[in-house]
Amino acid sequence: MSQYINPSDLTTILPAIVLTVWACALLVADLFIPHERKGWTAVLAALGLVVSLDITLIQAGGTSTGFKGMVTLDGFSTFLNALLLVSGLFGVALAYGYVRRMGLERGEYYTLLLFSVVGMMLMVQASDLIVVFIALELLSIPLYVLAALNVRQIESEEAGLKYFLLGSFSTGFLVYGIALIFGATGSTSYSGIVTAASAGTSSLLLTIGAALLLVGFGFKVAAVPFHMWTPDVYQGAPTSVTAFMSSGAKIAGFAALLRVFALAFPTLTADLTPILAALAALTMIGGNLIAVSQTNIKRLLAYSSIAHAGYILMAFVPYGNPQVMPVSVAAGLFYLVAYAVTNFGAWGVVIALEKQGGKGLEISDYAGLFWKNRPLALAMTVFMLSLIGFPPTIGMVGKFYLFRAVIDGGFVWLAIVGVVTSLISAYYYLRVVVNMFMQEGEPQTGSEFWVNFTWGLTALMTIIISFVPQPLFAWASSAVLRLF
Amino acid sequence: MSIDLILFLILAVVAVATALGMLLSKNAVYSALFLVLNFAAIAVFYLLLGAPFIAISQVTVYAGAIMVLFLFVIMLLGAETLAPSKVLRGQGWAAFGLAVVLVAETVYLLVSRHAAVGVIARPDAFLNTMDSLREIGKALFIQYLLPFEVTSILLLVAMVGAIVLTRREKGG
Amino acid sequence: MLIEYIAIAVLLVLSTAVALIAVGLGTIFGPQKKSEAKSMPYESGMSPYGEGTRRMPVRFYLIAVLFILFDIEVVFFLPWAVVFRQLTWFGLAEMVIFITILLVGYFYAWKKGALEWE
Repeated sequence: MSQYINPSDLTTILPAIVLTVWACALLVADLFIPHERKGWTAVLAALGLVVSLDITLIQAGGTSTGFKGMVTLDGFSTFLNALLLVSGLFGVALAYGYVRRMGLERGEYYTLLLFSVVGMMLMVQASDLIVVFIALELLSIPLYVLAALNVRQIESEEAGLKYFLLGSFSTGFLVYGIALIFGATGSTSYSGIVTAASAGTSSLLLTIGAALLLVGFGFKVAAVPFHMWTPDVYQGAPTSVTAFMSSGAKIAGFAALLRVFALAFPTLTADLTPILAALAALTMIGGNLIAVSQTNIKRLLAYSSIAHAGYILMAFVPYGNPQVMPVSVAAGLFYLVAYAVTNFGAWGVVIALEKQGGKGLEISDYAGLFWKNRPLALAMTVFMLSLIGFPPTIGMVGKFYLFRAVIDGGFVWLAIVGVVTSLISAYYYLRVVVNMFMQEGEPQTGSEFWVNFTWGLTALMTIIISFVPQPLFAWASSAVLRLF
Repeated sequence: MSIDLILFLILAVVAVATALGMLLSKNAVYSALFLVLNFAAIAVFYLLLGAPFIAISQVTVYAGAIMVLFLFVIMLLGAETLAPSKVLRGQGWAAFGLAVVLVAETVYLLVSRHAAVGVIARPDAFLNTMDSLREIGKALFIQYLLPFEVTSILLLVAMVGAIVLTRREKGG
Repeated sequence: MLIEYIAIAVLLVLSTAVALIAVGLGTIFGPQKKSEAKSMPYESGMSPYGEGTRRMPVRFYLIAVLFILFDIEVVFFLPWAVVFRQLTWFGLAEMVIFITILLVGYFYAWKKGALEWE
């Protein structure tokens, strides 16, 4: 037996294995939970995420590879897996009351969410393109289903179908890219690709393959010009699903992209850096400009999510520069945390105001919120400021690290684009704030404990981490240093 | 002419003819059935290339299961009797242009490769069916053990997804 | 190397031939008295009416999807069976895990009533 597998194979992906077993057990257990008590399924799902998170943190500091070099455990994966599991917990917390209120309560919601998290974790740990592909499918398929969960609303069905069709299409690009890379190097493992690429002469095929990979991932993280699906899907999907997928899928996509580019394509820097820079700039400009004209809060946040993909992409641009690389990746990881925290909070507020049948989602529905529900309005203000990058919020600190990294990398123009687009974004984010404080209105807010808990906690985190960012940034930096 | 070449030529005619039949049939059910034949012809191509596992997968999964789903969807929608839907403007010309590019590319590749290498290289040794399957088995169950197991989770999730989206919750 | 598949080719030819012969002999030697009732398509003794291509109920969708999923599962068995002797217990354990995960799905589908025809 030890000839083919050894215990370190299993411990390398232990959190993912535990979560898989838990999810399978939950799928069966849910069959015996009566319909009125589906809340128990949510509790059990959260418990599974906590157990997996515990194991992840216990393993922190360890490094190993497993399954013949298919997966890696290192500081990078520990950091991001912890973030993904916390995102899963927020996802469950936001769904708990929301799905019941909207009449969507199904035990499978939580099971599918767990499976999606497993896919994301595998994607973070993958060090072979085959695993990347299959993990991407594992994270996507549950999201396609969850997006279409509200079958009574035609928009939800549209969201699921659109996400599925375009997602499959983009996976096609990814697979074709993998095939070309395999054709060029004879290997799908990152180390094998690097060995072949630094020894070989012709790398045109490899470059095209890498570019196709970028297209596939660009879709998942909603980068311009592969973003067309985002507003419709984010708007049509149940809001709790949108909250989870806008954070989780982005984290996993960026994690895989970072690892692939840093470990497999260091030889392609000259070709890929301009593409990445252009992609980042386009995404920041496109996302922020279109967001200006939005009146629906879900669409607004969707375009905001596109714009933030652009900011995070900035962290990739100097990836070929060994001096700047560790700092810029750490800045990228920090920004992923900042984005996830702020994003969950903002979606939590949206959930608190949403009514049956897609009501309560216009920005004008937020008019006078401050006079009706002060804590909620203040929390939303914090999130909007954080999305702009205004002090004292985590978004400001994240942007500061990012801009510093790209300037160190010699891309001053990109930092300028980032600053200018942030200024543009202030216009539409502040419009929400102005609506809450200065307009008259009778907004109605729900009060569900776990939703309140989520926006309350994330609002506190948004502010507190901005005053003491150093521990988190140090963790992100150490995570990256062990990667190389 | 070797027997392989003769077989290839016959199959090539069958494959092209069935592909044309699929495109030109007015009735969508006929199209689907032509596609089954086309898949079968391609499966034999895979055999000719020394890839029996892919050939078998092609027959079981594509010609078998996928086509069942295709036929079902056609019959569910009643698509075989639907009037032809509107096409995009200039779609025909765009398709023609793209086809020309594709053909040009293929011809260029064949010509340039032929000049450079002389003949397109064959794999070093053709394995017989059992050895070929054994190699795939070893790769799949030793080297690619993790992706193999994750595949089963993927199938499970797909199953749950299909059931969630089509079955209403009882009493819900 | 294609000679290995000669048995399949022979089988195809023989089975086609047997079918043709069976039908052909009946057509050639059987008595043929045509009548309206006889030229009607046979459908379990009922008189068929309406168009041949009726729309299928959407229930078949789930069955078709489940069929594809289990079909893909079966494809994996083929190379496994070939290397089973070499992998012994390890191979068995792998496949047991693979099947167990799918059995969870099967159990789920069963309990959800996805296999019932309402």
